Amino acid sequence: MAEPGLNLPSLPPERLLGALRALLAAKGLASPAEIAERIAATDAASPAQGARMVAKAWTDPDYRALMLADGTEAALSLGIPMRGAPPLGVLEDTPALHHLVCCTLCSCYPRAVLGYPPFWYKSAGYRARAVRDPRGLLAEWGTVLPPGTKIRVVDSTADYRWMVLPLRPAGTAELSEVALAALVRETDMIGVTLPM
Amino acid sequence: MTARLAPGALVRVRDDWPETRGKVHIRTPHYLRGRTGRVVRHLGDFPNPEDLAFARPARILPLYHVLFDQPPIWHEGSAGDEILVEIYEPWLSPA
Amino acid sequence: MDLETPRAHHDLGGAPKYFCQGIDKEAHALTDFDKEVDAIRQALGAKKIMTVDELRRGIESLPEADYHRLSYYQRWLCSIADNLLARGVITEAELAAALASEP
Repeated sequence: MAEPGLNLPSLPPERLLGALRALLAAKGLASPAEIAERIAATDAASPAQGARMVAKAWTDPDYRALMLADGTEAALSLGIPMRGAPPLGVLEDTPALHHLVCCTLCSCYPRAVLGYPPFWYKSAGYRARAVRDPRGLLAEWGTVLPPGTKIRVVDSTADYRWMVLPLRPAGTAELSEVALAALVRETDMIGVTLPM
Repeated sequence: MTARLAPGALVRVRDDWPETRGKVHIRTPHYLRGRTGRVVRHLGDFPNPEDLAFARPARILPLYHVLFDQPPIWHEGSAGDEILVEIYEPWLSPA
Repeated sequence: MDLETPRAHHDLGGAPKYFCQGIDKEAHALTDFDKEVDAIRQALGAKKIMTVDELRRGIESLPEADYHRLSYYQRWLCSIADNLLARGVITEAELAAALASEP
């Protein structure tokens, strides 16, 4: 930040937002209507979308294969708008391998599929700890992996956005796809918890 | 644009610190500099974020997923655990 | 790992100061401010006025104390303003005038 006259970080944020809102509208760069439309579209994305993908992958081997080969296409095929979003990568958990997603440099997250990232995902504590002590981090959520399962921490540093395809919990063979989707939480698709 | 590194290739991340030489935007985390890992796969080709960040023309670069062992990078980590990171080709050399 | 490296302050993997912190797992719902900033960023990105890379660079250039003091979307807002000024999309005079007009 090197603006001589204006120290941007010291400005009251609401005032700065109001000023930019007015300028962008006046210049035809972002109208209030467009901003409202984008807010609504972003609000429509939520972990429920990812949960639908996971549940379908659990029940449909062809969809699982598609999800792993081309996550973006898999999302689009379920009607999830990807609107020029970055490529979606899907990380397949196995009994021997558990994934944990983070972004140590900022907060990269598969927003188009899962919605806004949770507050904790963006925090300095999470970003610092995920790569250095992932098992301790999982313990913050009470998650303990079975013996013999290794953790692979995925640091989202570039053009992909990553979500976990977790293991289907035991005892769910009778559940419908809709019921399965209801089991899948945001935390499961980041990897701090296991679906139950 | 040919990706030069094959899946399974052992690679070393450059032990370089452009941060010390001026204003930069680097997407290779500090904890990987000078570390050795293994290429999992070529993820595709993308414009160099180090240039995009300054609105400069950006070369298209191969991007790889590279796998590292937790220790020795972090002694708090458990042996057998891993870190998987997207890294652009110029930061990697055969180890 | 010896962390006496010249890492940039946003490059937080394993950072000693934050690595031992407990995690605040509260949901902290997004405010109207947050959502509007996010939407503005999307609009500017879609119109190729500012890339995600420029957004990140602007955030990283915040002084370390400001980086940790400001909220997540307050950082975004500072970066957006910085990038719009740097690209000449708005001038400092325009911004100053717009700020003065704000209640």
